[in-house]
Amino acid sequence: MGGLEKKKYERGSATNYITRNRARKKLQLSLPDFRRLCILKGIYPHEPKHKKKVNKGSTAARTFYLLKDIKFLLHEPIVNKFREYKVFVRKLRKAYGKSEWSTVDRLKNNKPTYKLDHIVKERYPTFVDALRDLDDALSMCFLFSTFPRTGKCHVQTIQLCRRLAMEFLNYIIASRSLRKVFLSIKGIYYQAEVLGQPVTWITPYTFAHDHPTDVDYRVMATFTEFYTTLLGFVNFRLYHSLNLLYPPKIDGQADVELKPAEGKEYAMDSESYLEKLSALSASLARVVAPTHEDEVEMDEFPVEGETAEQMDARKKEQDALEKHKKLFEGLRFFLNREVPREPLAFIIRCFGGQVSWDKSLCIGATYDVSNPSITHQIVDRPRVEQQVVGRYYLQPQWVFDSVNAKLCLPVADYFPGVLLPPHLSPFVTEQEGDYVPPEKLKLLAMQRGENPDEESEEEDEEEEDDNDKEEEEEEEEEDESEKEEEMKLKKMEEQKTQSNKALPVKVTAGKLRLEDRQRLEQEQQSEEKRLAIMMMKKREKYLYKKIMFGKKRKVREANKLAAKRKAHDTAVKEEKKKSKKARRA
Amino acid sequence: PCPALTPLPSAPLQDIRNTVGNIPMEWYQDFPHIGYNLEGKRIYKPIRNKDELDMFLEKMENPDYWRTVQDKMTGADIKLTDEQVDLVHRLQKGQFGDVHFNPYEPAVDFFTHEVMIHPVTNRPADKRSFIPSLIEKEKVSKLVHAIKMGWIKPRKPKDDTPTYYDLWAHEDPNSILGRHKMHVPAPKMKLPGHEESYNPPPEYLLSEEEKLAWEQQEPAERKLNFVPQQYRCLRAVPAYSRFIHERFERCLDLYLCPRQRKMRVNVDPEDLIPKLPKPRDLQPFPTTQALVYRGHTSLVRCLSISPSGQWLVSGSDDCTVRFWEVCTARCMKTLPVGGVVKSVAWNPNPTICLVAICVEQSVLLVNPCLGDKLLYGATDQLLESYVAPEEERVQPVQWVMATMEEHSKGVRLVIQHSKAVKQVTWHGKGDYFASVVSDNSNMQVLIHQTSKRWSQNPFRKSKGLVQCVLFHPIRPYFFVATQRYVRVYNLLKQELTKKLMTNCKWVSSMAIHPGGDNIICGSYDSKLAWFDLDLSTRPYQLLRACGVTLGGTPGRLEGGSQSPALTCLLHHSDLLQNPLLVPVKVLKGHVLTLDLGVLDVLFHPTQPWVFSSGADGTVRLYT
Repeated sequence: MGGLEKKKYERGSATNYITRNRARKKLQLSLPDFRRLCILKGIYPHEPKHKKKVNKGSTAARTFYLLKDIKFLLHEPIVNKFREYKVFVRKLRKAYGKSEWSTVDRLKNNKPTYKLDHIVKERYPTFVDALRDLDDALSMCFLFSTFPRTGKCHVQTIQLCRRLAMEFLNYIIASRSLRKVFLSIKGIYYQAEVLGQPVTWITPYTFAHDHPTDVDYRVMATFTEFYTTLLGFVNFRLYHSLNLLYPPKIDGQADVELKPAEGKEYAMDSESYLEKLSALSASLARVVAPTHEDEVEMDEFPVEGETAEQMDARKKEQDALEKHKKLFEGLRFFLNREVPREPLAFIIRCFGGQVSWDKSLCIGATYDVSNPSITHQIVDRPRVEQQVVGRYYLQPQWVFDSVNAKLCLPVADYFPGVLLPPHLSPFVTEQEGDYVPPEKLKLLAMQRGENPDEESEEEDEEEEDDNDKEEEEEEEEEDESEKEEEMKLKKMEEQKTQSNKALPVKVTAGKLRLEDRQRLEQEQQSEEKRLAIMMMKKREKYLYKKIMFGKKRKVREANKLAAKRKAHDTAVKEEKKKSKKARRA
Repeated sequence: PCPALTPLPSAPLQDIRNTVGNIPMEWYQDFPHIGYNLEGKRIYKPIRNKDELDMFLEKMENPDYWRTVQDKMTGADIKLTDEQVDLVHRLQKGQFGDVHFNPYEPAVDFFTHEVMIHPVTNRPADKRSFIPSLIEKEKVSKLVHAIKMGWIKPRKPKDDTPTYYDLWAHEDPNSILGRHKMHVPAPKMKLPGHEESYNPPPEYLLSEEEKLAWEQQEPAERKLNFVPQQYRCLRAVPAYSRFIHERFERCLDLYLCPRQRKMRVNVDPEDLIPKLPKPRDLQPFPTTQALVYRGHTSLVRCLSISPSGQWLVSGSDDCTVRFWEVCTARCMKTLPVGGVVKSVAWNPNPTICLVAICVEQSVLLVNPCLGDKLLYGATDQLLESYVAPEEERVQPVQWVMATMEEHSKGVRLVIQHSKAVKQVTWHGKGDYFASVVSDNSNMQVLIHQTSKRWSQNPFRKSKGLVQCVLFHPIRPYFFVATQRYVRVYNLLKQELTKKLMTNCKWVSSMAIHPGGDNIICGSYDSKLAWFDLDLSTRPYQLLRACGVTLGGTPGRLEGGSQSPALTCLLHHSDLLQNPLLVPVKVLKGHVLTLDLGVLDVLFHPTQPWVFSSGADGTVRLYT
């Protein structure tokens, strides 16, 4: 046999992957630099299909990168910048050591910087790609913007994050693209629909952070560095898509209103700019002055293969969306000072409502508490002294629930000091067979236009009556069963006496066995299925069993939740009854 | 009375002067005096015999008490004057001690800032101020050299491009790099469910034991990474302590976690179930238990049926063999054999009425004397027509005629082996039969000829522990099942034709289709291997049944038996279609005794009936 001997692991998947250490050596980078590069360029390890083959026969745990990715990194201009920066730091240290202050100045003036624009473009070739990946960027920026200006990261980064986040919020307000909000124990979730892409982010509650020690802030800072660049470009593009100025400017008319009336300047314009922006109460300046005639109704182009029903459904959906966008239109809100101002102002403005707060709380308040035109006042105290007639005093959950329900919910459940109804997640869409909390069912009914409240109350009363009746019936049943037992005993005695008289053999009358057709059929079918399962191939059987197990687990969980709810409801009902009796007595 | 004199009544009496100088006064602490006067007499300290009450009264009564201080040098009390009090006040305020000192006097410059015509000093200028500095020259030349060599770069012009601009102005969706094809986008964070709400429905809150279980679980194993909690109002919601952690973990996931594209199996589980023909279309097959044959007192190990299908023979651990009439379930005959019956086999030749029974070390050939008298008479004649050959041949076994007593019971011949016999099986013609001996040598399988009373050992070498043997119904083939393999021998050519791999751990039984094309092997590890002899030596199909043994083949049906119950497997061999094994019915009836259920299964030769024998000492017929 001729030819060279074929060596193992020189072809195939083994050559497509490279371990992290070898990649690092190939790039001649230290581990922190390699990490930075991977984060910025979005390079991540890949899990090979056959790990042992790639690992050259060893089963040791290793992370593998695609060789192509690493080769791609070789030509990255930022790698050189990293090296330059390293040299710069070394020179600077030397100059400091020799106390050559002029050299220090000169070096600092020529500090190497780098830009991430090309990386953003390369990672997200189209704008929609960038929007799709915006979730983490937003969450990170919102987190960083709440950091204290002490030591954990650069102050500039924090300020930049704050600015970008506020710009994004202002865009959402201007485009009215917020869809869902959720108060979780972790923070507040928001979901907006930006150019057809759902974008979800979470903001922490506004408290000081208890900075953990086991978190590497350098990693987070590197991510933030990239995310701020991305978010800046996205904001720019988004603002321009709405004909808004970028960097945003507050509308001239609103700006005048915002100026304090006493004539005392609050701060310099450049300083208070961000604060005014984050007040979220003013509209933004446009490149072209808005004219209402601009809002031309969209022409409808029938899509081929679409039936009239589908068209109708689409139109209905669009109408619902428009209605949702104008949920708070015409309402005037006032936020008490104990209520989180920023999220509520953001949400109310997103749905067309007007909002204000106490002047001392934040810049940008437009009207006072005493303003008679206020329709809703958001309050988070057990009781309100000095209520003004003509406005609702509501807890903040009303705003969130109304947004999620896409309609202004009845206010009675949300008065101050009232036990609030549960706050449900708008991100859950129950499939068939899943557990649906009763509150959600109620809400769905309300969205359909029914009014379930009255019915349920009536039912409750009826149920109570039923319960009483049932109890009575049970007692009766007990009586009956006792009677039956007596009858049986009598019969047995009779039989005994009879058997003594008659022969020991006797013929008992046969019982007519009723055959349930349906049940028989069902049984037969289930047996057929069982037999067929026996004939399945091993792999398919494994898969089948797994799927069935998953289904069963789901059902089990749903049942568990339902049982828990039932137990809770009965407990509550009994308590109610008790208290009622106590009141009567 | 003069208030000034009252606090110091003894003052004028004593000479109060400090004669000791500036020494630490502790030295005189324990003495009544401080120093000495010119006469060398002690100068006594003023007497201090006031108790706290006196002190208090003095404090109350003496208006100058606040300005009285004790002089440590002499031990005397001194009343401060107004000037002295003023000084103390000023010092306490941080002012200068001197009342007249003005700290804010206008400053007078030594040199005026205005340019004067006269020099300040009269000193002539230095020479070095006229000639260029050598040190500076050196420095400049160094800089020049550095600039020339490119070591010092001129300050870069400020980059005036805006930080943010329309990056996607010229976006081209076709310019997506090839790398993006391999790109696995990171999955998005899971969206929160109802349980994460600050005010969830009560059913989502954890009960006490669930909370305990949650705490004991590993953090990686937990289904929820938080404990659901309920707050009465938004004001009461605290900060989430793990917020930064979670963000950080997400970051780690994004750049450290290996990604792999996984195809999600999205199948309807109903589609996975193979489409089998409906059992109803495959009738007839036994569905109900029709008769129970009671009589045996211990487990019934083996069954066999006469070729006419009228009689059934069963062997049991209670050392008897019973003959039954199939249709009436009557026990026609009971034959005590004095040992556990391992195997029974009815001669398949319809003209011969003979049953082979394995009892310990011997095989009994029994004429049951049932049915047609002519028939069993002919069988007796056939056996008696044997003429012993002239020369005695060496045989591995002994053929012994039954004694008179045994003869009356029906036993005709006894073939005594050297070891215990575990199976016996007839050839289709009814003349030859084979027996399996539990042994390790090459003497495991023996083939006997009834008419010539002649036995032989077909194998020279042992190929493993033989489990069972079988004759081909039509052709001269002989199947020997060892633990893992089934060997097929050609009896005419006396050679091995095939070796079938069963893929089982331990073959327990084997059955062949009357057509002779298909073989089924059952094993102790609950597998069922089905071979098509025309095809490969590997199983055509391997089934996992919960069964242990297997038996019976007549008709279209083949049977498999299970421990607790009984399954029928339909062998659907259509010429146009590939043969298919279809489970048709689970037959239940036997009671589990000694962890054993069904021990043997048998098909009726002409009817679609199945017999089964079990450990509960019964034989059951399903029709």
